[in-house]
Amino acid sequence: MTSTSTTSTPSNTLENRPTTKQPAEKRPSTKGRSDLTFRQKLSHFDYKASPFLYIAPFFILFALIGVFPIVYTLNVSLYDWHLLKGQGDFVGLANYESVLSDPFFWNAFGNTVSIFLLSAIPQLFIATVIAALLDQSLRARTFWRMSILLPYIVAPVAVAVIFAQVFNQFTGPIAGLLNLFGLEPIRWAFDVLPSHIAIASMVNWRWTGYNALILLAAMQAIPRDVYESAALDGANKVRRFWAITVPMIRPTMIFVVITSTIGGLQIFTEPKLFDGRSNGGAGRQFQTIVLYLYELAFPRRDFGRAAATAWILFLIIVFAGLLNYVIARAIRTNDVKPVRIAKPKAYLARSNNGGRK
Amino acid sequence: MSTLTERLTPVTPERREERRVRRRTGYEQPGLLTYALLFAFFAGAAFPLWWSFVIGSRQSSDTNLVPPAIVPGPNFLANAVEVFATIPFLQALLNSLIISTAVTVSVVFFSTLAGYSFAKLRFRGRNGLLVAVIATMAIPTQLGIIPLFMLMADWGWIGTLQAVIVPGMVTAFGVFFMRQYLVDVIPDELIEAARMDGANMWRTFWHVAIPAARPAMAVLALFTFMATWTDFLWPLLVLGPSNPSVQTALAALSASGGQTPDNSLVLTGAVLSVIPLLILFIVAGKQLIAGIMQGAVKG
Repeated sequence: MTSTSTTSTPSNTLENRPTTKQPAEKRPSTKGRSDLTFRQKLSHFDYKASPFLYIAPFFILFALIGVFPIVYTLNVSLYDWHLLKGQGDFVGLANYESVLSDPFFWNAFGNTVSIFLLSAIPQLFIATVIAALLDQSLRARTFWRMSILLPYIVAPVAVAVIFAQVFNQFTGPIAGLLNLFGLEPIRWAFDVLPSHIAIASMVNWRWTGYNALILLAAMQAIPRDVYESAALDGANKVRRFWAITVPMIRPTMIFVVITSTIGGLQIFTEPKLFDGRSNGGAGRQFQTIVLYLYELAFPRRDFGRAAATAWILFLIIVFAGLLNYVIARAIRTNDVKPVRIAKPKAYLARSNNGGRK
Repeated sequence: MSTLTERLTPVTPERREERRVRRRTGYEQPGLLTYALLFAFFAGAAFPLWWSFVIGSRQSSDTNLVPPAIVPGPNFLANAVEVFATIPFLQALLNSLIISTAVTVSVVFFSTLAGYSFAKLRFRGRNGLLVAVIATMAIPTQLGIIPLFMLMADWGWIGTLQAVIVPGMVTAFGVFFMRQYLVDVIPDELIEAARMDGANMWRTFWHVAIPAARPAMAVLALFTFMATWTDFLWPLLVLGPSNPSVQTALAALSASGGQTPDNSLVLTGAVLSVIPLLILFIVAGKQLIAGIMQGAVKG
């Protein structure tokens, strides 16, 4: 009885709607359209359906290769899952517990953060200096820009292979130099800090020029008359750099920091190939989180725990992104506004990179 | 190529004029110190590559000479021949070329198609779907490798090129990038006019949107090609040693010597692996710089 009444109410409203609307709609809708020629109907269908047909390939493919894997990782992480044997028992959060209580995970976490800091901080500093040098009326402008971008075209594998030679404890050029001065050789591949420095220098070498160009674009968006009036007021080059350039490119600097955080937390190739025989050094002294994940998933074939690691890393990246954002906001609100004119200019610098993300 | 440069950076004479004006008003006049510093950075950027070439053309024992060896020796060709004999390098080059080209064509085509739809066509749910695209842009898809690997294994694709190509076929960044470009560059009237003239939607896309989108397509193609060419983790997982990409082949070469690797052989391989992108850089370096400075960055 109740079921019939519930089903009848919607059908009533469905019937009601056309009858109330019919007088107004009678002329154009179904009857009118049947008068259209086949070509016209086709054209109408074309107009209505095309927008969806054009975005469909992207969404279908992305659902398959982008969204599904991330979501399904969550499922895998809740099971005992072996690379060859496949799905095992449901274990709930046990994989997460075992990863988070694994000292090797925290070792990898520490290594990742250490390598990230050793690369992000010098990189931002040097990239800013290079950008300031390029932000002048140079001769052979394109040559200088290309010359600092050169390392960017060298693939991380090649960078790692080359730098593994440069930083070789016995046969590298740095070892030769140390030997010449009678210094003890540095055990680049065996000690914690030296190995982190070696890996960070690979990242720095490849990305500093790239980031310098991004910062250069922000610097060029600063109107020149601001510099001029500062110069008239007697501010020298260095003071103009700190008082005008740095505050105005700050949004872009934050953007650079955020992208290098996301990239830096996922570093794999450089530490993997710094010592190709191990997964981050014989004593895991430079094993990063993705290398830890890789070691779990492939040599050890433990997909369940590897999937849990992937989700933990995902959350770390989200957290780092939010942290960056909060810090950036705090800096911006604490900012002393030097002159009123600075405000629209700061906006200019921001909109210059705003379309990017 | 020249038309591309002109479109990315406004007309040359105007720009030259603008530069002259700027030189008078505001831009610093660089001194000798600037050029000296820039040269130092240039040397730092070029040295590892040049040194690799030098060692590759000499012998392994020259790696720790003081000062470092900077004059090439006579052995580069001999070492190169040995690289080709040690690893299937020619096949690796071909594989990387096929993979990178296929991924680039696919990403550029689907991104332009979807980007055009988002930028210029009206449909229900457009804004919501665009927000979905932007949101997915921030997700590091690299973290989905485990299910993706299981999928490839299920399909029997392990060891084949399509295992690398298919997961790279679309990017959210590409769609967003093309949308941002097309939304400003095509006037709505142009699309209306094409429709009035009896062009169907596809013809409008092909004859109005594609020509207008070409500069952005070129930039997107450049970055997609380079990113695919240099990728390592995923090819390492799904391509076997017998069917490598350039990157996995080079990694295999560097591990080939065991405890005593032949340094000069490995560095020759590194130099050889860099040459294709070096050529691309020489041809399209200006576009690459313009792309970075306009914000065509990695996703």
